[in-house]
Amino acid sequence: MDILLQQIINGLTTGSVYAVVALGYTMVYGVIQLINFAHGEVVMIGAMVAFAVIAALAGSALPPAVILLAGVLAAVPACMLLGYGLERIAYRPLRHAPRLAPLITAIGMSIILQHLALLIWGRNPIAFPQLIDNPSFAIGGAAISGVQITIILLSMVMMAGLSWFVYRTRFGIAIRATAENVHIAGLMGVNADRVIAATFVIGAALGAMAGVMVGTYYGIAHYTMGFILGLKAFSAAVLGGIGNIPGAMVGGLLLGLVEALGTGYIGEYTDLCRWPGAADGGWMGERCADGAHFVLFGSNYQDVFAFLMLILVLVLRPSGLLGERVSERA
Amino acid sequence: MTDVLLEARNIGKKFGGVQALKDVSLTIRRGEIYGLIGPNGAGKTTLFNVFTGLYPRDGGEVLFTGQPLALESPHTVAAAGIARTFQNIRLFGNMTARENVMVGRHVRTKAGVFGAILRSPAERAEEAAIRRRADELLHYVGIADRADNLARNLSYGDQRRLEIARALATEPQLLALDEPAAGMNATETVGLRQLIDGLRKDGLTVLLIEHDVKLVMGLCDRVAVLEYGEKIAEDVPEAVKNNPKVIEAYLGTSAH
Repeated sequence: MDILLQQIINGLTTGSVYAVVALGYTMVYGVIQLINFAHGEVVMIGAMVAFAVIAALAGSALPPAVILLAGVLAAVPACMLLGYGLERIAYRPLRHAPRLAPLITAIGMSIILQHLALLIWGRNPIAFPQLIDNPSFAIGGAAISGVQITIILLSMVMMAGLSWFVYRTRFGIAIRATAENVHIAGLMGVNADRVIAATFVIGAALGAMAGVMVGTYYGIAHYTMGFILGLKAFSAAVLGGIGNIPGAMVGGLLLGLVEALGTGYIGEYTDLCRWPGAADGGWMGERCADGAHFVLFGSNYQDVFAFLMLILVLVLRPSGLLGERVSERA
Repeated sequence: MTDVLLEARNIGKKFGGVQALKDVSLTIRRGEIYGLIGPNGAGKTTLFNVFTGLYPRDGGEVLFTGQPLALESPHTVAAAGIARTFQNIRLFGNMTARENVMVGRHVRTKAGVFGAILRSPAERAEEAAIRRRADELLHYVGIADRADNLARNLSYGDQRRLEIARALATEPQLLALDEPAAGMNATETVGLRQLIDGLRKDGLTVLLIEHDVKLVMGLCDRVAVLEYGEKIAEDVPEAVKNNPKVIEAYLGTSAH
């Protein structure tokens, strides 16, 4: 099996999900400079709603595709409503408060939503029922599954759609104008409240889709799944340059690739028995006899890579890879 | 009597202990170019910001087309028909010239998320009309060939023109220009003068704040002079030029 190609495929899959989630962070940051830490929980709620609907319908006679679609059609509006509610209830009253206040509120909302999900769906994960076969295709010594192909293609379509919306429609122009200068945009008749609410709603809709995709990929949905996913997507947004829409897409894909490749090779390269001279004698020789392994860092260190990247970016290029806009404003 | 477009009565504004504006009253008539001059710190820009809703006023009232002007938010002022440019240019730098003008059309049109996504024929027609209007305005101010350039990449003079085009996109009845000639070279100033003259010919009312006294005297129908937050003169340019108080304000304090 070709590990490199396989890990690239896996990385593109998770990276696509990170990118879609990162867009939700970056759009909101772009217009109101708020890190919406509850966004990961919106993704989780999206997965939970979809899975609850799918699990409820799984026993029925409906065709699998209809069941799947019903899950998505329940999750997306639910999350859009949630995103709107968050902005309206938690953030709008604090629009002119010191920046720390909405930030802490965001963390509070994140905790509230997690526990709300715990109350509704319990602490056990909801499993994704085996509805449709997940065929696997061999390409160049690696395998790509139907779910992976779907996730990558669907993410690309969503990112292309969002780019078109933001760069080609006049509401998109209003969003970018608000992001550059909310006062001047207001002077030109742009209703800032509506633009800000719209970024939350659009971000939440993308988040819901991401939730369904990531849940389907791993086969389960759980009330804590939004936390790490949200932090990684946030790292991706910072990596690309927070507030920058193409940056979030690039950052997400890059983070997914680094994570997958890192996880794929870390075990091999930190296997002390494979280091030259290590297995020549002494207790190390015994330890490594008969091709045994002595791995320092295994693939359970997967989550480290995202945050290592976050730290590196913050130290070396705080404005992110494509993020000139933030530095311009400062 | 001539039709009055804007009437300000006893406008006051305080910044802490500083009285920036003291009982300033003035009337701007429809179709004229009204100049506002005064030494540095006389309160010109402050008055401007009060008119356009950026600063709350501490006293007095503003009537626009005979109605009291709600000065609560910049948006309502824009909707009422007052547009402005800024002394320090404030364009959306990372957007193209055309997009900058398109933003200005928001005052007169409704744009919704769902409309933008669903693309009904009416929505598409309106968006096309906005795009067309933006191109017309860019042509009007003379920068049609820069439509697809990012605003921050335009020359200084073109940025000024773009700001005027964006203000015109809101279909104002009163266009307020805050030091439009500031930082312009002689050629650019001549071009600007022609542009403002053209605005008047097309029936627009212009409020002009300007440092360049020659430009103001040559262009304006009437001129008001502010000093230390008070209006010390308001008349046709010839009379203002010979007003002893004005001469003292300009020549008595600094050797201009």
